Amino acid sequence: MLKMASSFPEEVLEHVFSFLQSDGDRNSISMVCKSWYEIERWCRRRIFVGNCYAVSPRILIRRFPDVRSITLKGKPHFADFNLVPEGWGGYVYPWIVALASAYPWLEEIRLKRMVVTDESLELIAKSFKNFKLLVLSSCEGFSTDGLASIAANCRNLQELDLHESDVEDLSGRWLSHFPDTYTSLVSLNIACLGSEVSFSALERLVGRCPNLRSLRLHRAVPLDRLSNLLHRAPQLVELGTGAYSAELRPDVLSNLSSALSACRELKSLSGFWDVVPTYLPAVYSICPGLTSLNLSYAIIQSPDLIKLVSQCPNLQRLWVLDYIEDVGLDALAVSCKDLRELRVFPSDPFVLEANVSLTEQGLISVSEGCPKLQSVLYFCRQMSNEALITIARNQPNFTCFRLCIIEPRTPDYLTLEPLDVGFGAIVEHCKDLTRLSVSGLLTDRAFEYIGTYGKKLEMLSLAFAGDSDLGLHHVLSGCDNLRKLEIRDCPFGDKALLANAAKLETMRSLWMSSCSVSYGACKLLGQKLPRLNVEVIDERGHPASRPESLPVEKLYIYRSVAGPRFDMPNFVWTMDENSALRLT
Amino acid sequence: MAKEGLGLEITELRLGLPSGPRSVDKIKEKKRVFSEINGGDGNGANSGDRDDYRKSQAKSQVVGWPPVCSYRRKVYSLNETSKMYVKVSMDGAPFLRKIDLGMHNGYADLALALEKLFGCFGIGEVLKDADSCEFAPIYEDKDGDWMLAGDVPWEMFLESCKRLRIMKRSDAKGFGVLESKGFLKATMKDEPK
Repeated sequence: MLKMASSFPEEVLEHVFSFLQSDGDRNSISMVCKSWYEIERWCRRRIFVGNCYAVSPRILIRRFPDVRSITLKGKPHFADFNLVPEGWGGYVYPWIVALASAYPWLEEIRLKRMVVTDESLELIAKSFKNFKLLVLSSCEGFSTDGLASIAANCRNLQELDLHESDVEDLSGRWLSHFPDTYTSLVSLNIACLGSEVSFSALERLVGRCPNLRSLRLHRAVPLDRLSNLLHRAPQLVELGTGAYSAELRPDVLSNLSSALSACRELKSLSGFWDVVPTYLPAVYSICPGLTSLNLSYAIIQSPDLIKLVSQCPNLQRLWVLDYIEDVGLDALAVSCKDLRELRVFPSDPFVLEANVSLTEQGLISVSEGCPKLQSVLYFCRQMSNEALITIARNQPNFTCFRLCIIEPRTPDYLTLEPLDVGFGAIVEHCKDLTRLSVSGLLTDRAFEYIGTYGKKLEMLSLAFAGDSDLGLHHVLSGCDNLRKLEIRDCPFGDKALLANAAKLETMRSLWMSSCSVSYGACKLLGQKLPRLNVEVIDERGHPASRPESLPVEKLYIYRSVAGPRFDMPNFVWTMDENSALRLT
Repeated sequence: MAKEGLGLEITELRLGLPSGPRSVDKIKEKKRVFSEINGGDGNGANSGDRDDYRKSQAKSQVVGWPPVCSYRRKVYSLNETSKMYVKVSMDGAPFLRKIDLGMHNGYADLALALEKLFGCFGIGEVLKDADSCEFAPIYEDKDGDWMLAGDVPWEMFLESCKRLRIMKRSDAKGFGVLESKGFLKATMKDEPK
């Protein structure tokens, strides 16, 4: 075997390897033999690091000498819901420093939930001569000054995407830092910004970039400015409008309509803040070509929503507020037979009483009418086992099913029973389910179903569910492909965790907050499993100052080859052999 | 892996319904569960007053629930809240500032904003170590009384706050026991609007 492997010239193997892009495949090839490992590591160009603390920059650079594209993820997912205290970590600066010296030809950086400073952005701007792509998804810690550095220095920049980041918006002047000679923009997403930018600068930028395909504006760009921009970029494929309002003038509607209808490539629409419904008909001409529509910030009532979606027969993705109501989802099920992904967000999430007529019926309709539906995120206020069983039978192709019944521990509204059987039907019928979020009243029985049937499940989110450790045990022992488990406010304690400790090394991470895991158990896990970082997060002070049997506030466990990190704030402690010695 | 202290019952799969009237209790308490969640699970005592206020408001006060991401919540609050600018004075600072309370999700967010306005004077430190901060945030309410920030739910604070003052703790001697843990507690249990 060894002889055969070495009889192929390296160049041939490299060429063969170049057809394999997925990390899984690349990892597999690298384990065939030493020479393949060597060849593969020299020619891997794209790196995905799902947890920035699982590996160190040094280890990465040592193995892969010539990387062109890197993705880093920082904080755990529950940080999106304010469950990870400020200052926890996820700082990208040390990574940028290391990458800057090791990979001068780096072209792409994608970051998610990381703390990015202006210093980091400046370093990026100055270090990589061929820098092409910067995606900052749900990041924070930087200001528009950092963006100015990027704009001014990255001559070959193609994509700048600030997706939902928390940017300190000092002014809109940063946009004017793109030099007049800069023409390579392909994609710009500044939807999360607040300050006005110079409209003339924006128009000139858009006008001189012939390859611009995706433009997502922010709220400060009013509708009457949009036409001018569209005239300069009729080749757009993706458009995020700014504020969808303007003073009611007859020319605004007609200008917008003609500008939009000239955009024959347009497939995706988003934005729609502050919608004035009178202007909605402007998009009708492009509706037939739309595959993606994000109305999740749009306050539009169901009659207007129905008029819109009824004209989008090629729609594959719809994000919308629950103003669409059951009647709107019925219309969606009739009109949009190609629908793959549906997200229905709550318009008034903090009120217990329903403000719209959106129930389980809407989800039943789409599961019945849309044969290609694979991914669902649905916020509602009532659910029944019967509905869930029907949905599961209608649509066994779900790969992602996230149901959020707004009030915790809500039972089946018809029978008042737990929703165990309903979710059981979902996991049983949907054999390809990889992501699941459950809600409502659930006993350990629900987790028994999940453990029994959820064999392909990779990510599971639990809240206010279960009765005992048995629930957690079912999940940890049954879900063979589990990578990410996040739990809040469930009565899970030490037993299941300790009994399934080895399982944790096969997963990327486990998050548990407001559960019943004791400090003693955390210490034990940290001592016994050196390849895990067991982080205790507790803002009440060091847990050693309280009895060991008391539960910790929050627990974040992740596998790592980098060992414990050193950038923790004073409310986070890593449990290891020395944890007993290391106090605040 | 050590299994000390574990009974074999952990591996016993039982298929019956969970014993006890728990599910029935949960249904009876359905209306109150939402507002009481914060008071349970050993996460620190919360005042009964706050629970009563919550029930009357029928609004969620649970941190991070429903799971709407903070970016989206910010957009919701931009949609709903009108501008609520109040003056902020800080002992020792030569001039006052103005801050839009409606732009903030809760006490934690406000603390960070105040820190940014006046530099790192340790407002945020109150979050970590109540005794280390030499400043205390107080506000003037509708009745003209000066109150310590953090005792009441965020929405109530928004309605009653007329102006803010960041006071030197040493000036508080005349105020009796300054229970700054109120701010600390509130910032931990904050619920963004």
